Amino acid sequence: MISDGVENEEKWLAAGISGLQQNAFYMHRALDSNNLRDALKYSAQMLSELRTSKLSPHKYYELYMRAFDELRKLEMFFKEEARRGCSIIDLYELVQHAGNILPRLYLLCTVGSVYIKSKEAPAKDVLKDLVEMSRGIQNPVRGLFLRSYLSQVSRDKLPDIGSEYEGDADTVKDAVEFVLQNFTEMNKLWVRMQHQGPAREKEKREKERSELRDLVGKNLHVLSQIEGVDLELYKDTVLPRVLEQVVNCKDELAQFYLMDCIIQVFPDEYHLQTLDILLGACPQLQPSVDIKTVLSQLMERLSNYAASSTEVLPEFLQVEAFSKLSNAIGKVIEAQVDMPIIGVVTLYSSLLKFTLHVHPDRLDYADQVLGSFVKKLSGKGKIEDSRATKQVVALLSAPLEKYNDIVTALKLSNYPRVLEFLDSGTNKVMATVIIQSIMKNTTHVLTAEKVEALFELIKGLIEDLDGTPDDEVDEEDFKEEQNSVARLIQMFSNDDSEEMFKIICTVKKHILTGGPKRLPFTVPPLVFSSLKLVRKLQAQDENPFGDEASTTPKKLFQLLTQTIEALLNVPAPELALRLYLQCAEAANDCDLEPVAYEFFTQAYILYEEEISDSKAQVTAIHLIIGTLQRMHVFGVENRDTLTHKATGYSAKLLKKPDQCRAVYACSHLFWVDDQENMKDGERVLICLKRALRIANAAQQMSNATRGSTGSVALFVEILNKYLYFFEKGNPQITVASVQSLIELITTELHSDSTSPEPATDAFFASTLRYIQFQKQKGGAVGERYESIKV
Amino acid sequence: MVLVLALGDLHIPHRAPDLPAKFKSMLVPGKIQHIICTGNLCIKEVHDYLKTLCPDLHIARGEYDEETRYPETKTLTIGQFKLGLCHGHQVIPWGDLDSLAMLQRQLDVDILVTGHTHQFTAYKHEGGVVINPGSASGAFSSITYDVNPSFVLMDIDGLRVVVYVYELIDGEVKVDKIDFKKTTAAHSAH
Repeated sequence: MISDGVENEEKWLAAGISGLQQNAFYMHRALDSNNLRDALKYSAQMLSELRTSKLSPHKYYELYMRAFDELRKLEMFFKEEARRGCSIIDLYELVQHAGNILPRLYLLCTVGSVYIKSKEAPAKDVLKDLVEMSRGIQNPVRGLFLRSYLSQVSRDKLPDIGSEYEGDADTVKDAVEFVLQNFTEMNKLWVRMQHQGPAREKEKREKERSELRDLVGKNLHVLSQIEGVDLELYKDTVLPRVLEQVVNCKDELAQFYLMDCIIQVFPDEYHLQTLDILLGACPQLQPSVDIKTVLSQLMERLSNYAASSTEVLPEFLQVEAFSKLSNAIGKVIEAQVDMPIIGVVTLYSSLLKFTLHVHPDRLDYADQVLGSFVKKLSGKGKIEDSRATKQVVALLSAPLEKYNDIVTALKLSNYPRVLEFLDSGTNKVMATVIIQSIMKNTTHVLTAEKVEALFELIKGLIEDLDGTPDDEVDEEDFKEEQNSVARLIQMFSNDDSEEMFKIICTVKKHILTGGPKRLPFTVPPLVFSSLKLVRKLQAQDENPFGDEASTTPKKLFQLLTQTIEALLNVPAPELALRLYLQCAEAANDCDLEPVAYEFFTQAYILYEEEISDSKAQVTAIHLIIGTLQRMHVFGVENRDTLTHKATGYSAKLLKKPDQCRAVYACSHLFWVDDQENMKDGERVLICLKRALRIANAAQQMSNATRGSTGSVALFVEILNKYLYFFEKGNPQITVASVQSLIELITTELHSDSTSPEPATDAFFASTLRYIQFQKQKGGAVGERYESIKV
Repeated sequence: MVLVLALGDLHIPHRAPDLPAKFKSMLVPGKIQHIICTGNLCIKEVHDYLKTLCPDLHIARGEYDEETRYPETKTLTIGQFKLGLCHGHQVIPWGDLDSLAMLQRQLDVDILVTGHTHQFTAYKHEGGVVINPGSASGAFSSITYDVNPSFVLMDIDGLRVVVYVYELIDGEVKVDKIDFKKTTAAHSAH
């Protein structure tokens, strides 16, 4: 059926074209021989082809264009005739003898054009005549094309200001009147088109109708080109008349297209000055009209206009553009009950962008937009449409992009309320956007109040929303999110210690709600922020009579204890141990012995009870010894307890070489260079001897299991430790002990049962080189080394 | 001429949000032939970032590194120089030059690069160099107060290495330079 229709149409078009060409041929012949009568006869016959009802608008257009080209030639002929003295008035009368109305009107328009040009009659009279007579064609397609032709031939002959057709009797008002009338009639025809033909073809018809929209819109374009249409004329006549037609036609397609057309073709300053009128029409449009696109276009244009020059900004204030747009949006949403949520979001998003552009200083406007949005959304639950969600993200991102500063966005009281309409996934996306904005602009968040507000915004990353952990989250994504939160915590800083303490308390409160999965990410940054503050207070805290309420290292250590304790339930003992040791050293620096001791105790408990992996134990014991070595706050008793434990742990490591290394490292616990009261040469020696025993045991063990002595390297390492303390003047380390160790190693390395160890050879060689080097150094060191023979 | 970037102890995101922007703009891909990193990055994102600067990346494990497969120590040869890499928390007392020198002898390297103290240092030491590039992010340290972000670029050319230290002091990048010539005699003892 359909293919038949298309085929038939092709046939009809071909027939139309051939009829048209045939008559055009005769018309040309008549024109060449200056035979006016025949020329009119054949041109009328040619134009009769346009009387067809069998063609779709698309095909009809093809036919029309051919006729149009021919009519240009005829017009040239008429001009020539007029120049040769033929009365144009007679010609105007003459063409009216054509038998059919459609050819007659085309000819009339053609002559009319020449008539106006001849100025033998006022342009306005001719135009009026033509536009009224065109009413004779009521078939929509034929009428639209005829009027389009009229518009085409007349557009350069309108009595515009400064045009040659302007006169006492002809004013720009007449030009406007003519175009408006033609526009009105064309729109009526266009709207009526939808009712022509069977109902089942409505969809196809609407598509065809849509193809013709530019014929109607062209009139608005012509209006915008008329020089004489100044703001006053536009405001008083053009816009009200156009809108009257738009509203009254009650046609969705026409209303959407024409509103858009108005916004596009007329200048921005006109829109700004006629906002009332333009926006007033919006709620009167059909409920199905895509008003969000129309208004978004308008706001975007106005935003760009505002951006074009600062000089235009006062105009925006003067006409109260923001409140007018805001009201209009409210009314439109009310009028269009069925508007989908995406429409509502788009409207507010555009309005927000508008106000951010035009009134960047009016944060209250932005907040008002968000507030209105929340109001419209309230009671509707979370937004489910994914496109709408995306729009909300865009809406909320706009202030961040505009101000490059989260602190400004934090002032928007309605901001978090909008977030509540997002699902938890999108909430996270938004939180990430916020954090990225902060990081990108290195915005420092300076007060606890703002930190609190910020945490409200990024809640989605801080805790499991809706009470249930989200199992579907990709682990990599989760890590990335939590690391971004950790980064964010670094951006909270205030030079005032009291405020910084408040910030830290706020952070603690929030991150402790995060659950075991998040704590390993969020606790460390909080701990280090706190330790930074401790260090600052330690530098200032000289006044023992300080205010009770003021922030003290002690208070911070209490907070730190609670914070790190939270890691125990995760469990994350290795991390907790490291953090306890960091705190211990900070307490040491603050001269708080009991606090430091307590932190060490906690670290030891973790070591004993929770850290069982042998590799983890090795690292942990090095950290314990390394930290303990640096502690100076402990009295003899506490220190003894802690060092005793540490050496004990060292000797109990799983692998002998690890034991050996940890034990000789412990020697440093008894000999601290710059502290005279911590130079216990004997205990140093005990450690080193113990290390030697372990090295021996290791040696024997590998002998038994592998048939070769294992690593001699341990002995060389211990030799180096001997040399270390020898050089430092530890009286317990004698030349003889060094000497015998050197001999032991030499023997071991040359023993047959020792498998070659090039690395150990090199180590030993470079140790001997070192001894040589020190010998040659001279001075006290050189003297000490003098007696060692290598 | 070979350029080697040495850096470490970034402690991102535990103690610093990121590398200083000024460092980031200086460190561009394609200029550096090797990166040696003393560890404590601490997360994969930082590892990936360093990889973009130069694919030849050597890392020793710091005590806060999320990646546990980094080695405790590592040696590599660049041109005529043997380099050793270690985070340094294993060497007690921390940052002690004599103890580091022992590690240098143990690894038998010309240049030993360690971290942990967050304090830039470079010592010439019995025919070798011991370098600590400091903390590239200026991270808090229990050992060093007032940490300035710093990193080291080594220009290795034949038997000569020029060590450039970049330090961010009050928002300005200060560059210092230390020259070191390797005496082949040091190893003639073999």
